[in-house]
Amino acid sequence: METGTMLCTDRETPLIKVSHLGITFGGLRAVNDFSLEMGENELVGLIGPNGAGKTTVFNLLTGVYTPSEGDYYFCGQRMNGRKTHEIVQSGIARTFQNIRLFSKMTVLDNVKVAMNPHYEYNVFAAMLRTGKYWASEAENDKKSRELLEIFNLQDKADAVAENLPYGQQRKLEIARALATDMKLLLLDEPAAGMNPTETEELLECIRIIRQRFNISILLIEHDMSLVMKICERIIVIDYGTTIARGTPEEISQDPRVIAAYLGTDD
Amino acid sequence: MNMPKKNKQAALINIAALSILLGIVAYLGFTRALSSYIVGIFWLSCIGIIMATSLNLTNGFLGQMALGHAGFMLIGSYSSALLSLAMVRAGVLAGGGAQQLARFIICLIFSGLLAGLFGILVGIPALRLRGDYLAIITLGFGEIIRVVIQGIPWAGGDGLSQGSASPVLFKTGLGFNNATKSHYMFFVGLVTVLCVSVIYTFIRSRFGRAIISIRDDEIASSASGIDITFYKVTTFAFSAVFAGIAGSIFAACYSSLNTGNMGFMASVNYFVMVVFGGMGSITGSIVAAIGLTSLNEALRSFDEYRMLVYSIVLIFMMIFRPAGLLGTYEFSLAKTVSYLRGPGAKSKKKKEVQA
Repeated sequence: METGTMLCTDRETPLIKVSHLGITFGGLRAVNDFSLEMGENELVGLIGPNGAGKTTVFNLLTGVYTPSEGDYYFCGQRMNGRKTHEIVQSGIARTFQNIRLFSKMTVLDNVKVAMNPHYEYNVFAAMLRTGKYWASEAENDKKSRELLEIFNLQDKADAVAENLPYGQQRKLEIARALATDMKLLLLDEPAAGMNPTETEELLECIRIIRQRFNISILLIEHDMSLVMKICERIIVIDYGTTIARGTPEEISQDPRVIAAYLGTDD
Repeated sequence: MNMPKKNKQAALINIAALSILLGIVAYLGFTRALSSYIVGIFWLSCIGIIMATSLNLTNGFLGQMALGHAGFMLIGSYSSALLSLAMVRAGVLAGGGAQQLARFIICLIFSGLLAGLFGILVGIPALRLRGDYLAIITLGFGEIIRVVIQGIPWAGGDGLSQGSASPVLFKTGLGFNNATKSHYMFFVGLVTVLCVSVIYTFIRSRFGRAIISIRDDEIASSASGIDITFYKVTTFAFSAVFAGIAGSIFAACYSSLNTGNMGFMASVNYFVMVVFGGMGSITGSIVAAIGLTSLNEALRSFDEYRMLVYSIVLIFMMIFRPAGLLGTYEFSLAKTVSYLRGPGAKSKKKKEVQA
């Protein structure tokens, strides 16, 4: 499966530009003045202690919450206030901290759901099973299987999703996100609950998909070794506020980050 | 054609089997070999099948508890009864034979579309809710439809300009007698087959996958680019279309209509069929619809105890077989045939059980 037409042909426009994004729940400022700019094929890490607002940032970017202030542009288009499915269709897809698969559907169908907009037949063609229906079904069936192959899930295509082992469920979730044909992938703690071998496999996986699909990835992760290994830039937030940004080396020596994670003496 | 060979074979087997079945029904119907009692059960079973499979779309596949399905049936039956009555009184296609059939077909289409329209109107506000709340609000809408129809002067009494506000509509333009009902068995069977086929192909398409994904996880579904509100309302309206068609057949089945027959209890009745057969199994809905309709007729004399029996059966069902009689299993004739041909058959596969 190849990535679709890139919307951002203009090199001047960043893939995503987030400026001063914030959200307030009642009296609580969950995210404050969050800014981010990412180009094509970048891998940025978003870290911070528990409850810092990382997932809230994801929810803001994917339209689960509407930001109280600030704007964000994806491929030059303003995305504030759009619905989740519209945002996904314009090219931002995500995975979830606690895996959310269509647990009773087969592995293959999980991927096919995300491919829904790429099917070319309408409801009448579906009910009458016209030639277009069969052609489109066959084409997307092939694409889905190819995608599963990348994640080494091709043999599990007909298995029910909830019966997969944990590591493979994570992979399937990423495969499903990829099937939406997106340009920016938001991974919410992909290595959570994985053993070292599985984490290693996942790292490899992320490298492969990034190269192959030429996508950018924004990653939330607690596993510091993973973050340090693969991220080019890191943003650290604490209590909803960005406290540091820079390369992994800069971040690992930043006193504010160390304070946020380990606490200070005074 | 792009249809794969295997599917072509399956389609041919299915069409052949259904043709034979409908041929038998046609023969029995036209020779009037069956008693009017059996013919009545056949009609009611067909109505039950259409109602249960279409309700299964919302309850089983979309996973939304809707309890007002009989309300749409009510719209379908009254709209076709009044439309046909208007046609008869105006002298349009008023005769018997082919004209009667044409009138029936027009009524089927009209009532389906009208019920679908009401499905959209009810669905948009109602489907913002979930679970028990949705069940209660759809139940409420079903009752509202019933009460409104009772209050419309031209939808009661002798109908149209001779009507009066009443729960009973004494005249319909359809209202087939026993001989006509026997002759029309073939047609009603055909309509049922068409409805079920359309629902089945709908489920086995990208739309069906989108709907089932909403049932499994709404948040993940919208994060996969599925427009949840659109699919919910569309499916709800789509299932209402079939309830309208079933209502139209219902109107043809009786010489008069009574709103009381399509109230809350009727909705529960069809809901029981869906739960009984298995939420998410069209085969299950068909089996349960035929079984429960026949049982209802057989136990006519114990009518008061029916709900008692239902509740006990449902309680046992929830304890011992919570997924329903068939779960999400679908019967496939083609697979059964290839299975019966023995282990030598090339395309032999284990039976499709979508657990």
